[in-house]
Amino acid sequence: MIEALHARARRFLRRILTRPRIDLPLAAGLFLLACVGLVTLYSAGGGDLGLVGGQAARFVLGGALLLLISRIPPTVLRNWTPWLYAGSTALLVVVAILGEGRGADRWLDLKFMRFQPSELLKLTMPMMVAWYLHPRQLPPSWKDMAVVGALIAIPAVLIAKQPDLGTALLVAAAGAFALFLSGVAWWRIGLLLAAVGGMIPVGWHFMHQYQRDRVLTLLNPESDPLGNGWHIIQSQIAVGSGGVFGKGWMHGTQSRLEFLPEHTTDFIFAVFSEEFGLVGVCLLLALYAFIIGRCLWIAMEARDTYSRLLAGAIGMSFFVYVFVNGGMIAGMLPVVGVPLPFVSYGGTSAVSLLSGFGVLMSIHANRKMHD
Amino acid sequence: MKKRRTLKDPRGEAALFQRRSLVGFALIVLGLVALSGRFFYLQVERHDEFVTRSENNRVKPKVIPPARGLIYDRNGVLLADNVPAFRLEVVPEQVPDMQAMLRQIGAVVPLDEDDIATFRKQLKQSRRFESVPLKMHLSEDDIARFAINRWRFPGVDVVPYLTRHYPYGELFAHVIGYVGRIDADDLKRLDPDRYQGTSHVGRSGIERSYEDALHGTPGYALVEVNADGRTQRVLETHPPTPGKNLYLSIDVRLQKAATAAFEGRPGAAVAIDPRNGQVLAMVSVPSFDPNLFVNGISGADYKALTTAPDKPLYNRALRGVYPPGSTVKPFLALGGLEYGVRRPEDTVLSTGEFCLPGQSRCYRDDTRGGDGVVNMVRAIEKSTNTYFYKLALDLGIDRLSNWMGRFGFGQKTGIDLDGELSGVLPSREWKMANSRQPWYPGETIIAGIGQGYWAVTPLQLGHALSIVAGQGVPRAPRVVMATQDNVEAPRQMLANPPTGPSLVSNPKNLDVIKQGMEAVITGGTGAKQFIGFPLVVAGKSGTAERFSRTTSAYDTNKNNAYLASRHRAWFEAYTPADDPKIAAVALLEAGAWGAQDAGPIVRKVFEAWLATQGGAPVAPAPAQTGPAPSGSAQVEDLPAQAESEAIP
Repeated sequence: MIEALHARARRFLRRILTRPRIDLPLAAGLFLLACVGLVTLYSAGGGDLGLVGGQAARFVLGGALLLLISRIPPTVLRNWTPWLYAGSTALLVVVAILGEGRGADRWLDLKFMRFQPSELLKLTMPMMVAWYLHPRQLPPSWKDMAVVGALIAIPAVLIAKQPDLGTALLVAAAGAFALFLSGVAWWRIGLLLAAVGGMIPVGWHFMHQYQRDRVLTLLNPESDPLGNGWHIIQSQIAVGSGGVFGKGWMHGTQSRLEFLPEHTTDFIFAVFSEEFGLVGVCLLLALYAFIIGRCLWIAMEARDTYSRLLAGAIGMSFFVYVFVNGGMIAGMLPVVGVPLPFVSYGGTSAVSLLSGFGVLMSIHANRKMHD
Repeated sequence: MKKRRTLKDPRGEAALFQRRSLVGFALIVLGLVALSGRFFYLQVERHDEFVTRSENNRVKPKVIPPARGLIYDRNGVLLADNVPAFRLEVVPEQVPDMQAMLRQIGAVVPLDEDDIATFRKQLKQSRRFESVPLKMHLSEDDIARFAINRWRFPGVDVVPYLTRHYPYGELFAHVIGYVGRIDADDLKRLDPDRYQGTSHVGRSGIERSYEDALHGTPGYALVEVNADGRTQRVLETHPPTPGKNLYLSIDVRLQKAATAAFEGRPGAAVAIDPRNGQVLAMVSVPSFDPNLFVNGISGADYKALTTAPDKPLYNRALRGVYPPGSTVKPFLALGGLEYGVRRPEDTVLSTGEFCLPGQSRCYRDDTRGGDGVVNMVRAIEKSTNTYFYKLALDLGIDRLSNWMGRFGFGQKTGIDLDGELSGVLPSREWKMANSRQPWYPGETIIAGIGQGYWAVTPLQLGHALSIVAGQGVPRAPRVVMATQDNVEAPRQMLANPPTGPSLVSNPKNLDVIKQGMEAVITGGTGAKQFIGFPLVVAGKSGTAERFSRTTSAYDTNKNNAYLASRHRAWFEAYTPADDPKIAAVALLEAGAWGAQDAGPIVRKVFEAWLATQGGAPVAPAPAQTGPAPSGSAQVEDLPAQAESEAIP
């Protein structure tokens, strides 16, 4: 019995390694991005190899998860979806009740490790929306849109209350993209956007003071020279002084002299811009565009509605990371804790992103066969 | 709606999805182009400007922590001061080899293990460019030795700071408390922006409960730094807002007199102005030196304090709970009048023993043979147990505990200090919740003389007494009387409105009780204590038993030391009796008799108070002339109950 299980596990592992079912262009894009990330991190961390090693280890762990998930067929994923969604939302509730964390209650302590249940939602949210829309008539009716709205709102509000506006935004965006891709009529999208616009004053009312301060600081960075205004000013100096070709790798002065805060995590894009200039920025953005495009390509080739919506939503939400983080360091958007994918130092986001790409690989492997 | 429930159209859906993805991708590309447009603007259009700023980027904001508010007594005597000191600070990013530095610096400035452990903990929590204190309170020798060796330790510097000093040491330790180094737990709870650059936070007493007012708001300076990060030049300064100064209602002279009166015997005393709830003195004996805690108490000192048999760290006034004994009798008598259970002239025959019908166990009077026929005034004067046994029975436990609860027993008084205990007010509910047993009538009887389940803090008794002395109007005790934005600013008096309407419906009822309490002093249990005191005093003694008696027999052992080991001595009194201005309570943990042992403590407090009233002129407080006094021109007449108003 145990022997048999053992043998099965071994066969499974061997198959993962010898016949990986991955999309080579996507994998190549991700690999290149990870390399850029490690190189930038080495410079931003002041040549700290330990930092780079730790990040590389997370990439390896994430890569292993990617390979593992890529073996799970989308139909199986679809069957698990409601349970995964319910489970991760339940964990959010648990965190809300007994979470611990510095200032923000977003961590769950599992004795051997601490993790943020909100990370799980980044994947389970588009899965759930895709699962709900999968058997239904598309484009979705008002009723289906309302249900999807509730599915998105419940976890998003729980996360926003932690308070972690950045992650709430990413989770809500992932669900909203799945709905967008399902073909909601344009006039309905227009109506929804108008309604969301009308809700902004209400949302402002419910925001924490520090969140409001961040928005206000964006409008007038000089008003807060010790806190976020300082971040915005220093980040723009770093970016602007980089020029077209940059100051060169390991030659950024802003981060070297520690003027730039959080320069290995949320503000690492500023270090990159300072050292590699506009050329580097455009190449990096092009690489992100390529990865997103490839995700959508995989989505178009997918076999069924669920896979299509899921793959498309994962790809498009990748854009939100890049845009929000880039907009923040360039002084276009308020300071929100969204990392630059695969470049910012930090554990859970790299692992959860790579798990998402594992799902894409699985969808690719089970694509529609061309006639 | 039914019509729309057609079969899914996979091909149509795929085509729709394809269109949507293409539109989505186009939008994404548009977004990325917009983003690179912004980068173009910053990196090409404004490149020159930012290059200049980056090259000149030698300017860093440096936080200036606010000075902590000072604490004064009611007459402006300084009780908590900020004194300059020096500490060693480390900027982690500028230290090439932290381990080597820590090894070598020990030879220059002696460091103990505590210093290094605290430093490592803080090092982990701070950013690499923020300085971390390594050793507080450097001696002059330390500073001189480090100055010579400074070149060997880049990133390490001597930094001046203000440290807290309590000039009166032990005298106010239980009221003012002390500040301590901010630790990991504090960091979770404190606002990081407000506490940038601050190393200490209030740990107990007023320092803790008024932390918010005392702390202030940090300012910052824009400083130019060199390549090592050392400050070269200060460009502009935005000064911090210092914390508010606090004025206690306590008078140093009363506090001293009260402490001295204990002669080192463990106990507590509280004096309150019944007109406004202001605490005039609050002591717990023995006490400790709060200065020991400011820069981290050494292990040996802390052990000495925690293992001392009289527990100097224990705040007996706020957290010590004791059976109140006979001190509750006047309050109970008032309840009898208010509920209409007794008229003042109703009498009871005290024979020395009171027995419930059908029970073999009897309850005794203090005087063998009893006090004879007593009415209410006489019963208070003589502390006749039998009168109060019967009164408690006639009231019943529910009315008894309801009435006594209105005096604040069994709940916190609401004083502006953290950590007070609520004690125990005997009631059916309390007993059911704590022992899951019904109430027995015998327990009502002993509750009538302040024994049994009763447990009160000296502060609670002082609070209850000041309600009686203040015509029945309840007020939460207040230690802080006024705040002040800075030394030059006028004092802002803090309002202390009554917490409810008067407890008594008929002022005549109160007069009966007061008559009884005056009789205690003129001819009753406290007759010897106030002979020669110029004002009329009203009071009540209490001798509470620490252990329940095994027999109802009289004690034959009259040895004081033996009795002290079995008794708690209480005395409560207020003066002048016709217009009370001070109400005081004293407790001796080991006193043989309430009047004889605790009474002199109250008298000494009253004498000190009287000296501040008419005797030597009171030194005026700095920058404070006081309002136009409503009655007499005494300093104690500051109207604390007035709305928070600025005094010119």
